[in-house]
Amino acid sequence: MIYITLFYQFFLIGLFAIGGGAATIPFLFDLSKKYGWFSVFQLSDMIAISESTPGAVGVNMATFAGFQAGGFLGGVVATLGLICPSVIVIVAVSKLMMKFQSKEGIDSFFNALQVAATALILFAAYHIAALCGDNILNFVVFALVLTLMFVCPKSAIFYLVLSGILGMVLKL
Amino acid sequence: MRVLLDLFFCFFKTGLFTFGGGYAMLAILKDELTDKKKWISNDELMNFFALSQCTPDVIAINIATFCGYKLKKTAGAVAATLGVVTPSVIIILLIASLFKHMMENPNVVHILNGVRIGVVALLCKIMFDLLAKIWQKNLKKGLSCAIFCVALVELFVFKLSAVLVVLSAIGLYGLDICFKRVKK
Repeated sequence: MIYITLFYQFFLIGLFAIGGGAATIPFLFDLSKKYGWFSVFQLSDMIAISESTPGAVGVNMATFAGFQAGGFLGGVVATLGLICPSVIVIVAVSKLMMKFQSKEGIDSFFNALQVAATALILFAAYHIAALCGDNILNFVVFALVLTLMFVCPKSAIFYLVLSGILGMVLKL
Repeated sequence: MRVLLDLFFCFFKTGLFTFGGGYAMLAILKDELTDKKKWISNDELMNFFALSQCTPDVIAINIATFCGYKLKKTAGAVAATLGVVTPSVIIILLIASLFKHMMENPNVVHILNGVRIGVVALLCKIMFDLLAKIWQKNLKKGLSCAIFCVALVELFVFKLSAVLVVLSAIGLYGLDICFKRVKK
């Protein structure tokens, strides 16, 4: 049964890919070699489409790969396989965290997490900015959207839609 | 049950507007969970974000699972996680089966480029807010600044993975605590 194989393989990917969607790519290469569900060429297309469509990249790639291997049901099964390790591991981690919530030193632990998160966000912003290129128009749109955020706060979705429209109108 | 449905749709919306991984979703989650629904504090959201980097699996799924568990235990974790992946499944299946050439349409490319710039701006705003907050409340400003700089050097110069960056930040705070105990 291809669905059982798909579920199992994507369960493994979820379990061993730590640190986001990009970490799943090497596993997908392995799958392509091992099962021949899709070629390496198709895989590069899948990555490009997954990165530019809504949804988390890792999830998009799992759905795409599952679809290539086993049609619609394959896409659904692969995605379910991918999310299972997260649910299992994080439920356990959350239980642990609640247990230690009142212990001394946990404040420092969370402080550390927040400082690390800030650095990671800066790094992510840098990487996504690098993808956009250094066209002057890009800077103008960036500055405009950022200024708007400080001057008239609206929801994040508002700014995403606005920048999408600006992208189309200005042909970014 | 209502809360579970609410969770599902909240994360469905988040998944729908997430471009490029778990980062972009932070801004949307902050709007939805922290500002509008007041389910989760901003501090908790950032803790979940950092922890999501060092637990197995895709970051976006991990953040959803953490938030869902916080609100409604295991059922909440499942509802939030299913919510965040459902838009992906629908959109990717549509593209893979029907609109294979949609990505070559110049208008689509322009829109996506624009959205990407929007994501960068959103991340910058989140970062400013976080820095301002760490600066305001943190008693150990020097230590936090030092750890922030160390994390940046690890990321930009040594290209270490996010897992190691988060773990080393925790380690440095731990060292500080040990050091203080020894001094006492």
